[in-house]
Amino acid sequence: MSEAALVPGRQIAASRRTGWQRLVSHRDWQGFWFMLPAAAILILFLAYPLGLGVWLSFTDAKIGRPGEFVGLDNYDWLSDDTVFWMATFFTVGYTLFASTVKFIIGLYLALLLNKNLPFKALLRSIVLIPFVVPTVLSAIAFWWIFDSQFSIISWSLRHLHLIDRNINFLGDPWNARLCVIFANIWRGVPFIAITLLAGLQTVSPSLYEAATIDGASRWQNFRFITYPLLTPIIAVVMTFSVLFTFTDFQLIWAMTRGGPVNATHLMATLSYTRAIIGGNLGEGAAISTAMVPFLLAAIMVSWFGLQRRKWQQGSE
Amino acid sequence: MTDAIVQPTAGGILHDSTEGMSYLDTLPHRIVATWIPLSLILIVLLFPFYWMVLTAIKPDEQLIDMEHFNPFFVVGPTFKHIHKLLFETQYPHWLWNTTYVSVLATAVSLLASVLAAYAIVRLRYRGAQWVGGAIFLAYLVPPSILFIPLATVVQSYGLFDSPMALVLVYPTILIPFSTWLLMGYFKTIPFELEECALIDGASRWQILTKIILPLALPGLISAGIFSLTLCWNEFIYALTFITSVQNKTAPVAIVNEFVDGDIYRWGALMAGALVGSLPLVILYSFFVEYYVSALTGAVKE
Repeated sequence: MSEAALVPGRQIAASRRTGWQRLVSHRDWQGFWFMLPAAAILILFLAYPLGLGVWLSFTDAKIGRPGEFVGLDNYDWLSDDTVFWMATFFTVGYTLFASTVKFIIGLYLALLLNKNLPFKALLRSIVLIPFVVPTVLSAIAFWWIFDSQFSIISWSLRHLHLIDRNINFLGDPWNARLCVIFANIWRGVPFIAITLLAGLQTVSPSLYEAATIDGASRWQNFRFITYPLLTPIIAVVMTFSVLFTFTDFQLIWAMTRGGPVNATHLMATLSYTRAIIGGNLGEGAAISTAMVPFLLAAIMVSWFGLQRRKWQQGSE
Repeated sequence: MTDAIVQPTAGGILHDSTEGMSYLDTLPHRIVATWIPLSLILIVLLFPFYWMVLTAIKPDEQLIDMEHFNPFFVVGPTFKHIHKLLFETQYPHWLWNTTYVSVLATAVSLLASVLAAYAIVRLRYRGAQWVGGAIFLAYLVPPSILFIPLATVVQSYGLFDSPMALVLVYPTILIPFSTWLLMGYFKTIPFELEECALIDGASRWQILTKIILPLALPGLISAGIFSLTLCWNEFIYALTFITSVQNKTAPVAIVNEFVDGDIYRWGALMAGALVGSLPLVILYSFFVEYYVSALTGAVKE
């Protein structure tokens, strides 16, 4: 404490404290202590594995054996692998198709739920149930619905005399693809509908009244009021939806495990098959790493879309 | 459909609850433009659950004989499948594993998120904004690209095939989300409250536990409920890191242990799916509002 008296001016306050006191009371240090648990977990189990994954993709690591650096061998190998390209194209197609349909149905459902309905809160809770139930479990239900012998859809169509024999839903490549896309849409619509509904509820009804008095049609109401006001939330919701669809795993794994003949492999399921079942960690990591550019592109598109919209609306 | 037709008229005539321009909608228009599409969507959304419940309580012979029994209904429902599931398999144990992992992981993440969110929003240490952005980015990193390197990490820490691996790994999904949600809640608490407490000599820790947390309780519940459902739902980490049968979580166990060539497996599978979903649906039905605010809150920011 005697030293403190010798130090003139503004430094007194700081140096009057001992080192320990500074560690517990200085704002930056306090921030550090408060951040420590979250940062430790995120660095150890998120940031570090993220880097490690990229490194593994340049090695020939197998399960139980650390690999050696092999340069671009894994990528070279994958570039000649038709299964990998099929999975990549299917992942992109799956994402684009499912996300578009999810968006259209989700927005439509949100608009329906935003109307003046009785039991609105109850309806909203019911709509969200497919999102709450664990994906694998509902995927198993779809597996049963799409069973080749006992499918309820085949049964209904047969009894309506629309088909004369059971549809081979998950055994035929294109049927299987459409089935998993359908299940994905089914699972994703509630999330989009409910979040867009939250956005719709912030739009003042008086805007629509004013526009209608000015002679706007229903479509114009939607196009020039609802859509622009909803754009920011649409951008965020669709970013999440695209990311989660692109990296989907559970649904495919529970319904088809990538079959028939690799037709429904997504990049995630393919990397699991190669890395964990096949034991080629390096190759699996290369497939995972190949997903990153697509994810970044999706984030960039929505991010800049959002920025442009803000700028057009004159805020910030 | 009869319900759907009756309700809007009753609502419209008995009390004037019109909002905005809804009085302009005529009844036929409402039925065609609202109730029919809404019912169709609801039927498609709920049918798999109806089918799940129906299959779980159907006797085996009705399951595979679709010519003599109408498959849409059940005659003489049985609890055989559910009984078998609960008393002849390790299902209760798997459910317990799932619960245990979910609760612990949620607790760990809530603790870490509260501290982190408070520090980012209120301590405003140097670089806090960047850390906030980094946490949002962490939210966007999907488990599907992390499970391979994480498997080697978990192996090297000696946690392979241990539920503790999941307890430590799940927070990487939960912390970014909860922190982001709680930051929004903390921002709404007036700064003046904290200034008063600081002047009265409260430490940061006291402020957090005695002032901020009680006020942010709805946010904590939202984050907790949502985190629990995310954990319960998690599949790929549980599938990769847990290999022994008795350590599995319920979703993984159903997919791996119940699937055999047996033509009669469907009853047991659907019973497993039903019983595995019920805890979440019950939890959700009690906390719908919190759940929805978690879902929309994290997106709105």
